[in-house]
Amino acid sequence: MSEPISKAHTKDAKPPDRGRLTIFLGYACGVGKTRAMLDRARQQQAGGVDVMAVAVDTHGQAETVALLAALEVLQADGTDIPLDGLLARRPDLTLVDELARTNPPGARHPRRYQDVLELLDAGIDIYTTLNIQHLESLNDVIAQITGTVVRETVPDHLFDAADVVELVDISVDELLQRLAAGKVKVPAGSEDFFRRGNLTALRELALRRTAERVDEQMRAYMQSHGIVGPWPAGERLLVCVGPSPLSERLVRTARRLATRLDAEWFALYVETPAHARLSEAARDRLAHTLRLAEELGAKSMTLPGRSIADTVTDFAERKNISKIVVGQPLSRRWSALWRGSIADQLIHRSQEIDVYVISSAPPARGTGRQQARPARARWRRFLQSATLVATATIIGLPLRPFIEPTNLVMLYLVAVVIAALRLGHTPAILASLLSVIAFDLIFVPPFYTFVVADAQYLLTFGGLLGVGLLISNLAAHAREQARAAQRRELQTAVLYELSRDLAVASDLAGVAGVVVNHTEQILEGAAAVLLEEEGTLVWHSAGRGFRRSDEAYAAARWVYEHGRPAGQGTDTLADAGNLYLPLETAQDVVGVLAVTAEREIDGERRRLLDSFASQAALAIERSRLADAARRARLLQETEKLQSALLNSISHDLRTPLATITGTLTSLRDDRALLDEAAQRELLDTAYEEATRLNRLVGNLLDMTRLEAGAMRITTAPASVEDLVGVVLNRLSPYLGERAVSVSIPHDLPLVPIDFVLMAEVLANLLENALKYAPPANPVEIGAYLAGDVLCLEVADRGPGIPPDALERIFDKFYRVTAPGMPPGIGLGLSISKGIVEAHGGRIWARNREEGGAAFTVSLPLADSDTYHTEA
Amino acid sequence: MGDNGPRILIIDDERAIRRFLRTILQAHQYQVFEAATGEEGLALSAQQRPDIVILDLGLPGIDGIEVTRRLREWSQVPIIILSVRERETDKIAALDAGADDYLTKPFGAGELLARLRAALRRVARPAQEPVFTLGDLSVDLTRRLVTRDEEEVQLTPTEYDLLRALVSNAGKVVTHAQLLQEVWGEGYDDAFHLLHVNISNLRRKLEPEPSRPCYLITEPGVGYRLRDEA
Repeated sequence: MSEPISKAHTKDAKPPDRGRLTIFLGYACGVGKTRAMLDRARQQQAGGVDVMAVAVDTHGQAETVALLAALEVLQADGTDIPLDGLLARRPDLTLVDELARTNPPGARHPRRYQDVLELLDAGIDIYTTLNIQHLESLNDVIAQITGTVVRETVPDHLFDAADVVELVDISVDELLQRLAAGKVKVPAGSEDFFRRGNLTALRELALRRTAERVDEQMRAYMQSHGIVGPWPAGERLLVCVGPSPLSERLVRTARRLATRLDAEWFALYVETPAHARLSEAARDRLAHTLRLAEELGAKSMTLPGRSIADTVTDFAERKNISKIVVGQPLSRRWSALWRGSIADQLIHRSQEIDVYVISSAPPARGTGRQQARPARARWRRFLQSATLVATATIIGLPLRPFIEPTNLVMLYLVAVVIAALRLGHTPAILASLLSVIAFDLIFVPPFYTFVVADAQYLLTFGGLLGVGLLISNLAAHAREQARAAQRRELQTAVLYELSRDLAVASDLAGVAGVVVNHTEQILEGAAAVLLEEEGTLVWHSAGRGFRRSDEAYAAARWVYEHGRPAGQGTDTLADAGNLYLPLETAQDVVGVLAVTAEREIDGERRRLLDSFASQAALAIERSRLADAARRARLLQETEKLQSALLNSISHDLRTPLATITGTLTSLRDDRALLDEAAQRELLDTAYEEATRLNRLVGNLLDMTRLEAGAMRITTAPASVEDLVGVVLNRLSPYLGERAVSVSIPHDLPLVPIDFVLMAEVLANLLENALKYAPPANPVEIGAYLAGDVLCLEVADRGPGIPPDALERIFDKFYRVTAPGMPPGIGLGLSISKGIVEAHGGRIWARNREEGGAAFTVSLPLADSDTYHTEA
Repeated sequence: MGDNGPRILIIDDERAIRRFLRTILQAHQYQVFEAATGEEGLALSAQQRPDIVILDLGLPGIDGIEVTRRLREWSQVPIIILSVRERETDKIAALDAGADDYLTKPFGAGELLARLRAALRRVARPAQEPVFTLGDLSVDLTRRLVTRDEEEVQLTPTEYDLLRALVSNAGKVVTHAQLLQEVWGEGYDDAFHLLHVNISNLRRKLEPEPSRPCYLITEPGVGYRLRDEA
């Protein structure tokens, strides 16, 4: 997996708030980079810029120390960048010496240049210093010149993206004088490095690289300003890479070539069946090479194919590649002798395309092959292959007198085929050799000697050996392919299962859970998913074995903010045990997948995890979108409901107010015209309407509280008998002559209720019954125990409830509308339901067999047993 | 204008309520004083020595509960609380702080006048009136004798204690906590079941129709009240 380089790091797409990077480039230590940087910083400071220095190494030089003393220094031990401190302090300009340094273990990033990138991202300007030998693309050239391989390299894209590169140059003589005068401290053991020849070459490189950069800038400027130039348009370069160490050199060469040509370039690896046989080390090397190519600005890709040459040519034609860079090992394989090396094949096939062949010493033997099979198993397979040959011999022996020896060869061919299919390549070759020997000894006269009487048998030997070797090769090949197919199939199956489970996960929690489960299965470790919620990253789903530490959260936050992986096997926080992958969609990073693996995560599993992460990201995005759609729908419904509420309220509130206002005005203005009875009648009506208004307002308030979740239920054990008594007393003005029968057993236990609210419920039910049932019909109130719940029932002998409305009558603003039905706002039952459910109970309606409706409230008696006992 | 009638202090920030109360009360020969805040109310009660205070719970500045508490520091004047339905806990707090009774808004004039009369009667009543009568019910506190329709009613000692507690506060709301404290003493703060069972028993023994009690009234969520006028 190659690390994607954020586009923000290239010059063209620089966002305006990114910091400016100035690099002071030198060809060796001692040329005065740090001094030049400090000088410039002083000037800036004098101009009112807030300058801060971190990690500036003065090398004990008095002048440098004096310069530094004038600046604010955050931490000057020269080893570590106090990143968080800087991000909090936010100076305009920060000086960071020695860009190429490696950070001490435990730092957020392994490399100092990564710190610089983060500071730049945060909008802080940077001054930094760099020696030319630390530039990535020059790494191999430098190694050739100086004989030392520089380990601390800085990617070229950073150098290219720098806003200003200032070359700090002094002559080699002057540098050597400084060295001799002891003004420059040479790192121990690197005296060899400072030879005149080396320094001259390095100086030339530095000058040339700076000039190249100026050149590039010039061209970029001309291009961006529409100036037609002499550059060849559309050069495209392809470098073929493999697991061999040579590939790294190929990539660097290709990069230099591409830069010179100003060409877009690609790095291609062809995954042939032989890929399956690569050792873990070789795979790592391959991944590293591809990543390096990407860091150097190439597009890296891997394509499956049987033949490298065919696949490369295909790709080159599709992409309009104009130049191919390919490697050529010095010692050729025997297969290349008759088929030609890959380079030969490419040259042969690509008519229009230039092919650059770069040769190198062969890799150490054996590194490319898988060494995993245990030695003992191999010996056993050799033994088995010998046994196969022996068996063929034993079967053939009795037939010797009757069958021509040339025909008996067939027995050995069978043995070789079996060996090739069952035991693999090398045992099959052994079987071929043993077959020839056994055939010669046993079946070719004179028997039991290597002497061959008839020379024609030499042809038989040759044929047997040749066919044997060919079969063993073919069979082994088939085996490898089958194994590769099997592995791919396994991966496909794993991914298929994931996508299937993701498809059925209905919500965000479900998706996160599925991702965690599957990740844990393939990794034999623990996983967790963090998702963005209202602007912050929160733990969403974590496997049992996952430790949610603050460090883990901080790492996940970093990954979320930067959209880059971190942890094990990456450049960031590499010494953290976990691996953090961003869940990234085309638009956005939606979360982070955090993984703790018991074993190190190899390339294969890492690639699988990447696939997981991208599938998960898509599923999460999909689920988020579905959520948003659902919310929008809900909002629409709520709006509809609100307008219904407003209509209903304005009607139901104004009607009683109209009556009251009418009564009051007539009593105030026309009292003389009204007799005693008329006045009484008006006042009674107004009083009834006022009472109704009060109940309506109470209901609306209850509803609002229930909806807002602000309805506070304060339960205390109470007796149902008491409850019924209170409600009957309250409603007595409305009961009139109506018969109400109450049947409540005296030994009912107390039930924990909010007395006031439950009285509302009972009053609502009773009022309903009074409203809908004819006055002559009795209303029945009953209470009984049903297991661990207490049921309270209000039944009437009214018209009953239409069957399709039995459920809906508890909906807000739902009323059974029928001619002659009394008006109401349709809130009472819905409030009752809310109150009962807040008690953990249930309310339902049914039609009675004998006619009429019955409403039942069931209330849990939980922990009320204690109130059973008599005092 | 009723210069000799009982003196009533109304503490309520709502002008409309004060106006309505003043009109009714003056019509019934009460002398009315008004205050719009708790502070003003406290000052007025010290100055005018009212016979009854009508106090709204939701006041700006110091609230009704605090006014009750401060008033009780130096005065035993009956306090009638005005409150809305949703503030049961405030009502209980005010009653426990020493208020005598409460009315839930909206209320009728008749109800208010009845409460005022009951409060005045309690003040006027001698400390230990030996016999309490209500309809066909009579409780002789000196002889520990309870009769209904001239017939003796057998009560358990707890039932009797409970009834006595209610009788001595007749017409007034007594909170659950006050009853538990008075009848059972310390450590029975949560013994609702004891209270409920004994109330239920009392009703069965004293009420004409126990499922629709008319003497022993439940004040939902607050406590009980023994009616003092039929």
